[in-house]
Amino acid sequence: MTATPILRLRGIDKSFGPVQVLHDVSFDVHPGEVTALVGDNGAGKSTLVKCIGGIHPIDGGEYWFEDEEVQVHSPRDAAALGVEIVYQDLALCDNLDIVQNMFLGREKRRGLVLDDATMEEMAAKTLEGLSVRTVKSIRQQVSSLSGGQRQTVAIAKAVLWNSKVVILDEPTAALGVAQTAQVLELVRRLADNGLAVVLISHNMNDVFAVSDRIAALYLGRMAAQIRTSDVTHAQVVELITSGRSGDLGLATTNGATA
Amino acid sequence: MTAAVAPEKPEMPDSLGTSKRNGTAGAASLRSVARNYVERVRGGELGALPAVLGLIVLCVFFAALRPVFLSELNFANLLTQGAGSIAIAMGLVFVLLLGEIDLSAGYASGVCAAVLAILLTDHGWPWFAAVGAAILTGTVIGLLLGVLVAKVGIPSFVVTLAAFLGFQGIVLMLLKEGTNISIRDQTILAVANNNLSPALGWSLFAVSVAAYAAIQFRQNRNRRQRGLATSPPTLLAVRIGGLAVLGAVAVHLLNQERSRNVIVDSLKGVPIVVPVIAVLLVAGTFLLQRTSFGLHIYAVGGNAEAARRAGINVAAIRITAFVICSSLAAVGGIIAASRGNSVDPNTGGSNVLLLAVGAAVIGGTSLFGGRGRVVDAVLGGMVVAVIQNGMGLMGYSSGVKYAVTGSVLLVAAGVDALSRRRAVQR
Ligand SMILES: Nc1ncnc2c1ncn2[C@@H]1O[C@H](COP(=O)(O)OP(=O)(O)OP(=O)(O)O)[C@@H](O)[C@H]1O
Ligand SMILES: [Mg+2]
Repeated sequence: MTATPILRLRGIDKSFGPVQVLHDVSFDVHPGEVTALVGDNGAGKSTLVKCIGGIHPIDGGEYWFEDEEVQVHSPRDAAALGVEIVYQDLALCDNLDIVQNMFLGREKRRGLVLDDATMEEMAAKTLEGLSVRTVKSIRQQVSSLSGGQRQTVAIAKAVLWNSKVVILDEPTAALGVAQTAQVLELVRRLADNGLAVVLISHNMNDVFAVSDRIAALYLGRMAAQIRTSDVTHAQVVELITSGRSGDLGLATTNGATA
Repeated sequence: MTAAVAPEKPEMPDSLGTSKRNGTAGAASLRSVARNYVERVRGGELGALPAVLGLIVLCVFFAALRPVFLSELNFANLLTQGAGSIAIAMGLVFVLLLGEIDLSAGYASGVCAAVLAILLTDHGWPWFAAVGAAILTGTVIGLLLGVLVAKVGIPSFVVTLAAFLGFQGIVLMLLKEGTNISIRDQTILAVANNNLSPALGWSLFAVSVAAYAAIQFRQNRNRRQRGLATSPPTLLAVRIGGLAVLGAVAVHLLNQERSRNVIVDSLKGVPIVVPVIAVLLVAGTFLLQRTSFGLHIYAVGGNAEAARRAGINVAAIRITAFVICSSLAAVGGIIAASRGNSVDPNTGGSNVLLLAVGAAVIGGTSLFGGRGRVVDAVLGGMVVAVIQNGMGLMGYSSGVKYAVTGSVLLVAAGVDALSRRRAVQR
């Protein structure tokens, strides 16, 4: 196919105590593309993302980044690779302003002192690069922002760090029509700028609107990874609900070897 | 072939960014700054506004009823009266910013004062060694409290309530069941009882204003050169001018002769506690507003989970805040020992903690965490001192003074809760 994957997972297993949530999952993420990660509630999407982000250690399998096998044990390790995750609850500090949130934990300093001017410049440039025009001032407190604006700040925060892979966990779940469109447009623009983007969503319209590839998880197994242009809505829905659709998907569960 | 798309760094090409920089262009007009401020206040960001207004109203009120309130002697008294609890309140701001509380700060200051007195008077240590030991005692206390809260996970209310009782007991044990140790070291006594010479007062004032102006101008020039939003020049002038005028009036008043009998003893100049508090204020403000550590305190107070995911060591931040709090309580204890010329089992006891918490909250520090500044402790501390002092002059009993101070604290906490609700509702 076109580009080689920047991030490759092979045979990932993950259990919480006695419950195995991920079974032998393989997952590829390509630069310059939006990969939609779909699956029913509890299929393991968030868990897979947290494994990628270093929040949950994986039990088994291989984590390849830029053709090298890597070990990711903490959020810092993932960030060092250039993997940034926008969590569904966003994790912003309401009492801090946009710039402070974007640089939280990784502030620019001159000696001991915060280098506010540089951070403000970089934040403005990043938002500008994302063509974000809706915020009045980047020195505004996050508590005064709308849901879509907060989402934008969280995305900008992920993009700021020379990140190569940006993963968004249900970024539009809480948004209205107009704001959803804005965020999707932003997601598309990230990929067009060369980033590898993973988008988790339950909304098939959104998935088909922006994604290049679709990865469907079914009960903790990767049912299929296909090009968006090769499938229909109905097929994806079938993959999500039953793990297979025609010749796509998992081998029939009845006939599976014991 | 695989035409690998090089994963482009998100130095987004400028061709995309057609928008003007988001709110970063040029000097903001004075009107827009004023509008922003009004908007923030209406959105529940009251900051120090209530404390400043309250201070003015109280001063006018007491001055009208008891002209002696405005006398130079009383002004100087007010400052030395308030200094001890202001130092403790400054420390509490750090803990309150995290949404935690330290109920033991009062008795922690008592323990540290007792350590100071014993080392100075009973063991004859030089003042600097004794002061160092007292502050180190505070640091160790803070470390203990912080570890119990942040690592063991006991709520700070419980940890510090237990410490409140425990430290009360330690003070009694240190002072051998209630004896009183007098302080004879001249340097320590000078802190709350002596004054700077008028000339030294003026020079310190001039240096401070000049330094403040220089920092403001440098910051503004740096931002202008980089094309970032700057404060309007008028606002700059008002800030610097305001500091200069207020400071000059204060220094002038304090440099007047306050002694009733000049021949016996001349009494004039800025009390030494004033520069002590000023240094703590500047250092604390620098730490909170200009360093990563300060930002992380606000972040943990605002959303601890977000701070954790941002890679901040939340436990370390919590512990450090308690260490700062108890260390500043030690400074408060030293000031109290100096002012009282002695240390007894009541040093740091009775209402000291409540007045300090009151000072921080009245000044505008939120009990819910995430909002507040060190200067709040000074402003609120002045409000508390003015109430105590003014009502004393009017001849009210301590009972009435307590009741009124308690009511003011309740009002301040109410304002805090309401403004927070307002901010959340938006
Ligand atoms: N920390 C955890 N401890 C135990 N079980 C967990 C944990 N996190 C997730 N699980 C379990 O793993 C399974 C997959 O959860 P996950 O959150 O990954 O699903 P999801 O695909 O993101 O679902 P949704 O669409 O509802 O967000 C669920 O059965 C869940 O109960
Ligand atoms: Mg999920």
